Amino acid sequence: MDAQKTGEEHGILQEDEIRMAIRAEHINYLYGEGTAFEQYALRDVSFEIGDGEFVGLIGHTGSGKSTLIQHLNGLIQASSGKIYYNGEDIYQDGYDKRGLRSKVGLVFQYPEHQLFEVDVFSDVCFGPRNQGLSKEETEIRAKEALTLVGLEERFWFQSPFELSGGQKRRAAIAGVLAMRPEVLILDEPTAGLDPQGRDEILDEISALHREKGMTIVLVSHSMEDIARYADRILVMNHGEKMFDGTPKEVFRHYKELERMGLAAPQITYVVRQLQEHGIPIEGDITTVEEARDEILKLLEKNSGKAGDRP
Amino acid sequence: MMREITLGQYYPVDSVLHRMDPRTKLFGTMVFIVSLFFANSLAAYGAATVFLILVIRLSKVPFGFMVRGLRAVMFLLLISVSFNLFLTPGTEIFRIGFLKMTWEGLRLAGFMALRLVYLVIGSSVMTLTTTPNQLTDGLEKGLGFLKRVGAPIHEVSMMMSIALRFIPILVEETDKIMKAQMARGADFESGNLVQKAKSMVPLLVPLFISAFRRATDLAMAMEARCYHGGEGRTKMKPLHYARRDYIGYLVYVVYFSAVILLGIVPK
Amino acid sequence: MSMGIIKASKLIYEYIRRDEEDQVEEVNRAIDGLDLDIQEGDFVAILGHNGSGKSTFAKQLNGILMPTEGTVWISGMRTDDDSHIWDIRKTAGMVFQNPDNQIIGNVVEEDVGFGPENLGVPTDEIWRRVDESLAAVGMTAYRMKSPNKLSGGQKQRVAIAGVMAMKPKCIILDEPTAMLDPNGRREVIRTVHELNKKEGITVLLITHYMEEVIEADRVIVMDSGRLVMDGTPKEIFSRVRELKGYRLDVPQVTELAYELRQQGADLPEGVLTIEELMEYLVPMLQACKDQEG
Repeated sequence: MDAQKTGEEHGILQEDEIRMAIRAEHINYLYGEGTAFEQYALRDVSFEIGDGEFVGLIGHTGSGKSTLIQHLNGLIQASSGKIYYNGEDIYQDGYDKRGLRSKVGLVFQYPEHQLFEVDVFSDVCFGPRNQGLSKEETEIRAKEALTLVGLEERFWFQSPFELSGGQKRRAAIAGVLAMRPEVLILDEPTAGLDPQGRDEILDEISALHREKGMTIVLVSHSMEDIARYADRILVMNHGEKMFDGTPKEVFRHYKELERMGLAAPQITYVVRQLQEHGIPIEGDITTVEEARDEILKLLEKNSGKAGDRP
Repeated sequence: MMREITLGQYYPVDSVLHRMDPRTKLFGTMVFIVSLFFANSLAAYGAATVFLILVIRLSKVPFGFMVRGLRAVMFLLLISVSFNLFLTPGTEIFRIGFLKMTWEGLRLAGFMALRLVYLVIGSSVMTLTTTPNQLTDGLEKGLGFLKRVGAPIHEVSMMMSIALRFIPILVEETDKIMKAQMARGADFESGNLVQKAKSMVPLLVPLFISAFRRATDLAMAMEARCYHGGEGRTKMKPLHYARRDYIGYLVYVVYFSAVILLGIVPK
Repeated sequence: MSMGIIKASKLIYEYIRRDEEDQVEEVNRAIDGLDLDIQEGDFVAILGHNGSGKSTFAKQLNGILMPTEGTVWISGMRTDDDSHIWDIRKTAGMVFQNPDNQIIGNVVEEDVGFGPENLGVPTDEIWRRVDESLAAVGMTAYRMKSPNKLSGGQKQRVAIAGVMAMKPKCIILDEPTAMLDPNGRREVIRTVHELNKKEGITVLLITHYMEEVIEADRVIVMDSGRLVMDGTPKEIFSRVRELKGYRLDVPQVTELAYELRQQGADLPEGVLTIEELMEYLVPMLQACKDQEG
């Protein structure tokens, strides 16, 4: 794909400078191998995720993205192909898979459905306890994780079932963060939340990326959210990787994305239509802020004062 | 994937057997099973084979689907065959240590294996050609006479039908919760029995909660669609015997008599 | 007296939690003095964040929950009058959030027939209704399928067909799209709009996806169990700041128009679609370009 090429030319991601957290090489995954129902869930998928990157993963339902992320922490083993974590082959004999799972934290869709303890705090302790940490260390990490997701202390010792939807979601994310993962993969963390709840969760994820330098892989159906937060986008379609590049590069292919049952953010369409009307505006805009500033610049250029109708 | 492995593995094609009244099929399955226990001669098994082939052809279900059910009973089959082979007294064929294989054993094991295989295939024909709903309808109406003595037949069959619908969903959910807990470092494999039992808690608690939530939701959805028990309910697919069913019953009588007679006829 | 198909007056609903001794431990007022009148044939959207009381309100409308105080009428029938309960549920059908948890049948067509069966409709009529309802939601081709093989959007359309088969006057959809992907969401919303236009069904759509309410006749915003905004989509979407105060959001195009307006651009309030924005923005920008040239 040409988008991929430009991504490399971009200069942000020069391989010798950036440490690769995850490298996937020619991953194939077959369902029902050896039966009449044999079907590719993933077909020759290769990519790299650099340390500290924020990657958005998009694709319609059934495109293979959920299967793909489960490969990254070893929950599913590829039929063929290789995956390296920090340069180490995770399929080699004696590789510590459980160790990998604590380094590559995976938050499933509707993660609150996995809560099982009597109170939030004990539930968050589950991960670190499984890592074999001492009681003190476990509690330190649980506190740290709950603080990171912004769950107020008064909720910590309540039953998860007394919490609101958004709070439950956060408690569940804390349950993964408590293992102090280096990479955090989230499968639609905002599904079913109201608009503000969505923004709050995404802002916290973004803060983890910015402040803690955590590598993030965000699976989402909202192109608007992906455009706002991700440095890079991977697009999956029918088990294959279709695009890999910055949001601007990927959303430039909005027509192809539509054919895959996807779309670009609404704002991209606004800008494209302005262009079609002969307005000299940058076409690669993906956020409202950018569009606003660009349009204001155009308006101000001549009149000196925005919005004056000539 | 997990959704494929279910009890009510209905194979949707249009055939005489598919259109047959579930009561006829239920009764037929019963007759067939009973006949297998009466069959004690090659000729009787021949009759059973003919009957089975006829039924399979009529069902239009590919043979591969029929034998799929066998995989589950393979182990049982092997055990019963070897027991019969080696533990039946009679004329010896050969001997390994204290194990001796006899002609009588071979015969018995052969019949036993056939009986099991036919039993499984026979009941598969029913589940493959009858939707779970028809099956529960068949049971409800077939056992309807029990209502008079106060047995909750409608409720039981409604529960069966709902269970059939939710089994695949819960199987998938189990898989998902298991993976989610494994992502948090849970270990479901290693350890002794006590540790293993303990490790199931993070799986079972969310699963029960989810099942309860689904049950509450479903009860509400059913009420919203005016469900209020079996009283005054009509049926979209009421059970009526048609000509094919009477023919079916006739075939059963002929078949069953044939098996009995062929068993009695001197060998 | 002309009364809408749905009318609520001074409606209050409290969730009461009791301890083991049956003493009241906590009272949570989910609906707090709600007055509402919805006209037959309208497409009404109810917006509100999680916990704003909108789902509780929906459950009042077909007698799943009964008012603590106040009254709800459906087609003139009081929901707290036991003798009408089946008529009410038949008149105001309900579609819920989770697609899996509301399909009872193991085959699509059998599920659609479930409602009429409960109502004691004769068999021939059930088949007619199932045929019509499946056609109305565009699921006829899937009638023999197992619900487990359908996508989320398809399952919700089956659920809608199941309600349609009861010949309702009104359908209440309680966040029917919350668990769907964007394609499924569009599929369901399109279906509901068609039923509203072609069959004249009154629709009450509860959601927090703002792009789903743009084509509604009327938008109502709920917060803390009260009705806080009520108007056409245009009126509601011109109050961007207020909406955000209620934990809601606006589509990007509305947001852009709002922001530009804040900076002094001469744009109307409550821009809802790209076309509308183009209508105003293009001449404005073209004029700038011409000046430059």
